[in-house]
Amino acid sequence: MPTLTELANPTRFLAFSARVQPWLWALAVALFAIGLYLSLFVAPADYQQGDSVRIMYVHVPAAILAIGCYLLMAIAALGTLVWRHPLADVAARSAAPLGAAFTFLGLVTGSIWGKPMWGAWWVWDARLTSFLVLFIMYLGLIALWRAFDDPARAGRVAAILVLVGTINIPIIKFSVEWWNTLHQPASILRIGGPSIHPTMLYPLLVMLAAFAALFASLLFTTMRAEIYRRRIRAAEMMAAQSMGIHTRSAEAV
Amino acid sequence: MPLALEATDLACIRGGRLVFSGVSFRVEGGQVLAVTGANGSGKSSLLRLIAGLLRPSGGSFRVQGGTEDDGAIHYLGHADALKPALTLRETLRFWSKVYRQQGRVALDPDFDEAAEKVGLIHALDLTVGVLSAGQRRRAGFARLLLSPRPLWLLDEPTSSLDRDGEALLGSLMRGHLSGGGMVVAATHQDLPIEAHATIHLGEEP
Amino acid sequence: MFLGVTGQTLRLGVRAGGSAIVGLIFFLAVVTVIPFGVGPDLKLLARIGPAVLWIAALLASLLGLERLFGADREDGTLDLVIVSGEPLVLYALGRAAGHWIATGLPIVIAAPVLGLLLDLKPRAMGAVALTLFVGSPALTLIGSVGAALTAGLPRGGLLSAVLVLPLTVPVLIFGVLATYGAISEPEPFLSPLLLLCSLALGSLALAPVAAAVALKLSLE
Repeated sequence: MPTLTELANPTRFLAFSARVQPWLWALAVALFAIGLYLSLFVAPADYQQGDSVRIMYVHVPAAILAIGCYLLMAIAALGTLVWRHPLADVAARSAAPLGAAFTFLGLVTGSIWGKPMWGAWWVWDARLTSFLVLFIMYLGLIALWRAFDDPARAGRVAAILVLVGTINIPIIKFSVEWWNTLHQPASILRIGGPSIHPTMLYPLLVMLAAFAALFASLLFTTMRAEIYRRRIRAAEMMAAQSMGIHTRSAEAV
Repeated sequence: MPLALEATDLACIRGGRLVFSGVSFRVEGGQVLAVTGANGSGKSSLLRLIAGLLRPSGGSFRVQGGTEDDGAIHYLGHADALKPALTLRETLRFWSKVYRQQGRVALDPDFDEAAEKVGLIHALDLTVGVLSAGQRRRAGFARLLLSPRPLWLLDEPTSSLDRDGEALLGSLMRGHLSGGGMVVAATHQDLPIEAHATIHLGEEP
Repeated sequence: MFLGVTGQTLRLGVRAGGSAIVGLIFFLAVVTVIPFGVGPDLKLLARIGPAVLWIAALLASLLGLERLFGADREDGTLDLVIVSGEPLVLYALGRAAGHWIATGLPIVIAAPVLGLLLDLKPRAMGAVALTLFVGSPALTLIGSVGAALTAGLPRGGLLSAVLVLPLTVPVLIFGVLATYGAISEPEPFLSPLLLLCSLALGSLALAPVAAAVALKLSLE
């Protein structure tokens, strides 16, 4: 298994990911099969919410991965700024849309979960609202990346935004909870109280692992796409250059 | 009837400063007028004035002869008016739509011909952002070919060009002049074609 | 010329660095932020929801217009369009039209979806969508005049929004009135809507002319 520094070479990463990806996909499919079976048929229905509690098995892993993805991006941001790992900004840029998608999934499933109890699709529940803010932060990051022509420069600038956001996330969560308790009682979306019953815990863990495997596979896919995209761009620049005149320096990945 | 651009006693004030005054000249079809002078002497201002982008503070100019269309001008300024996010082909397509139908040359719809003439045929599908300064200048020349207009106002057309580029400019100018067109060019260096007349701005009386 | 300019504006708006996506995100951000100020009282949010959506759409439209003409002035495109001798009005209209398709139309489509966040009933969501569809072109057109006035200024963006904000007040008023008129029975719906339509058509006729004049004057 190559080390992180060895994987810093994009070509080696492409080779490594090509080998590993089929296994990741297989793992994800298997885990999803098991997890869905467990959550839909084996896990008990909630005494209060009935079968609609099963959506928790999608909602909670999506939410955990949304945050996890952001933490991954934060580490990648450090990798870009501090250690100058060449693939760090590729990883961060590729992870952002995935994180946004997981956040969106968490928001939608949270909304569907809450509708029967709230009577409305959205009630500005503290936890969900924090996720809405996280979603907007993801969208902002994606827009920032797209605003720059040069991917390397975009990566450095976006890394700073990621780190600023990382510091802010706990603050946002705290302030939103404070904002919410002024007007409403605590959220209804509780996962069975202070301790989770094992029959609910195991399906949840399996689904979490399934989502994680899916995330890893998708991340490899998007990273590969980003590496190829940058290579095409560098090739375009060299094509312009080959007509005999200097162009701007092409930072090929 | 032969075309001519005649200017009488043109004066220009910008930002409260008198940039030039008493400029008079006459250019006829098939001729090149070179405008020389130090930086700040008003070469660009003179061109912009004739282009209609500036109002003269004194004097007048007009185009004599020709049809109504012959007041049409091509202006090549310092700014290249290229959008970095668009490809060269999209850029040329846009400008060909801007120029009026009757003034439009029947170029092939993909602009291969125009690009070929300026040596950018391989760059048609590249985004303009990756092109060098010299290539952008050539893209500007391609724009001149999109519509036949009798008067060309060129501001420092040789800047950013290598020898091949200068030769290209020369051949484009020759083609334009042989069709009866006029060129007024502001320049520091020698133009690839011998100018028929030269105005020097900024001379002390 | 008009179609060419519209197409180019649309293309630029959608590509990397364009205003289309950012405008939409800004719209979402404003709609999210207002409840933070107002409080999570769902009944209150549902009541002010249509107004919140309209205000957010107004701000997103105005702030996205800042660079509409400024970039053209800087890179010399405006010079060439003027020298080309073609009617500048068509150019101004084309830029505004392209901007609306790239930025305004997505906002119109997203507004009812965001109505879910504010607990709007389907009827209210439909009303918001309809009034925004009629009113947002007016917002874009009026905003384009401000953009033309400040095209030469390096930091013209916020200034152009400030200049134009008072002019957009009638559009906002009639838009919100028409929306609430569609929701609650006794309030009139048709008359504010028709007034909104007339504002949109009026701005379609006048704004490009004003913008063209402003652009030409800003040359000196």
